[in-house]
Amino acid sequence: MSRKLKEKIGFGSLAVCTFLAIIPVLLIIAYLIYVGGPAITWEFITQPPHGFLKEGGIFPAIIGTLGLTTGTIIVALPLGIGTAIYLVEYSKQNFFTTLIRIAIINLAGVPSVVYGLFGLGLFVLMLNFGRSLVAGALTLGFLTLPVIISAAEEALIAVPDDYRNASLALGATHWQTISRIVLPTAMPSILTGAILGIGRAAGETAPIMFTCAAIYIPSLPNSIFDQVMALPYHLYAVATQVPNVPESKAFGAAIVLIAIVCGLNLIAIIIRTKMRLKNTR
Amino acid sequence: MINKMEAKHLDFYYKDTQALFNINLPVEKNAVTALIGPSGCGKSTFLRTLNRMNDVIEKTKVVGEVLMDNKNIYDPDVDPVELRKKVGMVFQQPNPFPISIFDNIAYGPRIHGIKNKQKLQELVESSLKSAALWDEVKDRLHDSALGLSGGQQQRLVIARVLAVEPEMILMDEPASALDPISTSKLEELVRELKNNYTIVIVTHNMQQAARISDYTSFFLNGKLIEYDQTNIIFTAPREKQTEDYITGRFG
Repeated sequence: MSRKLKEKIGFGSLAVCTFLAIIPVLLIIAYLIYVGGPAITWEFITQPPHGFLKEGGIFPAIIGTLGLTTGTIIVALPLGIGTAIYLVEYSKQNFFTTLIRIAIINLAGVPSVVYGLFGLGLFVLMLNFGRSLVAGALTLGFLTLPVIISAAEEALIAVPDDYRNASLALGATHWQTISRIVLPTAMPSILTGAILGIGRAAGETAPIMFTCAAIYIPSLPNSIFDQVMALPYHLYAVATQVPNVPESKAFGAAIVLIAIVCGLNLIAIIIRTKMRLKNTR
Repeated sequence: MINKMEAKHLDFYYKDTQALFNINLPVEKNAVTALIGPSGCGKSTFLRTLNRMNDVIEKTKVVGEVLMDNKNIYDPDVDPVELRKKVGMVFQQPNPFPISIFDNIAYGPRIHGIKNKQKLQELVESSLKSAALWDEVKDRLHDSALGLSGGQQQRLVIARVLAVEPEMILMDEPASALDPISTSKLEELVRELKNNYTIVIVTHNMQQAARISDYTSFFLNGKLIEYDQTNIIFTAPREKQTEDYITGRFG
């Protein structure tokens, strides 16, 4: 077999792999739009449900998911970035930090339903927050934490030591070097990784079904200690728990959920591109 | 001859490995002192003991003294952060921060507490002028420093050091990443700067050492082999090893 033929077969099979990988994504989106598209109306997005989910819209679930996402950011972003700064910039390599790193890696592998049980035990029962927005946000925050720590660690390690040396040699303190040079340089990558992780959390069902989400609350929450509806759990509920809900409503909610997650990812891309442009212009 | 700095019986260790052995070296005020020697001879390590940049590396140890204006910079009451303000450093690779030219220069003054915009602007302009870069960048002060050429970046880094108003400038092979034209500009700049600053420069390039320095010290295997006026080192060295090195017999 000639080298050229081998090359053609090689690239050809890679192209087939790529094609096969894209097909499911396209099919899912096409199917969602085909079934759920007709349900998407202004009323569907802006009105609360009535008649126990069979009629009306999903507005409270959208607000609930946005609330949970915001809460996740508030919990996980400072904690995650702070941990990563400590691990990369301050701590020396020793038994203790190795242990922390192993714990973080393992934490990332824990199934989300286990986080749900953890949240139920700690936030809902022990700390007595009850099933509430705050318990759900804390649970999702801890679920996202390992992802954010890892992303931030990678981003900080990627900042060239030249910058740190230059800053220190100018008589900057360690903290000035981190806060004024290292962190701003790493920020685009940190935010990109963090937002991708948060987008993942926004779509999680198991952690919030124990800690936060309700099947049917037509009104908006009054405080962070109220239960809320949330899109992933709403999907689960209309698909399995409530009989006779039109199929299109479930798929319509799925489209909205995907739009929110894609929106978050888009924000991540915009942040990254903008900050890169600013740095190299 | 007034000594700005003087190393006395200086030993340096990375973990258990001794990298410098009993270095005794004066650094004359308002002169250029060159450190030459083959790779791994300890000249960069020595340079970094002068502004305590080695402190940043874990598990290093210094024995002996480095006197600056007759005060040991390794005394417990000396803050390395304050010391580095007085002893600036230029590295081998140009390392501007990924921010604007203006902000690069203003970084040092800002961390040392200067907030006044007028004062910052003056410092940026005078530093860039002293580093012979002002005319090339005055119309794009707010563009990213990463858009400059390598030679311009290195002069920017020097301007950034000048903005802190140091007394000494250490240079670690500052021209090794530059093309010949940028190198000659940099050398010219070094000769200018010695009127106001005390300069110690590590270089691989012996012609460069001969061109720009007043004193030259030759390092080999962590030891200072010879120190003298540059013209003596290059014309009539006392040590055989120095002669072998400058005539290119090894290294």
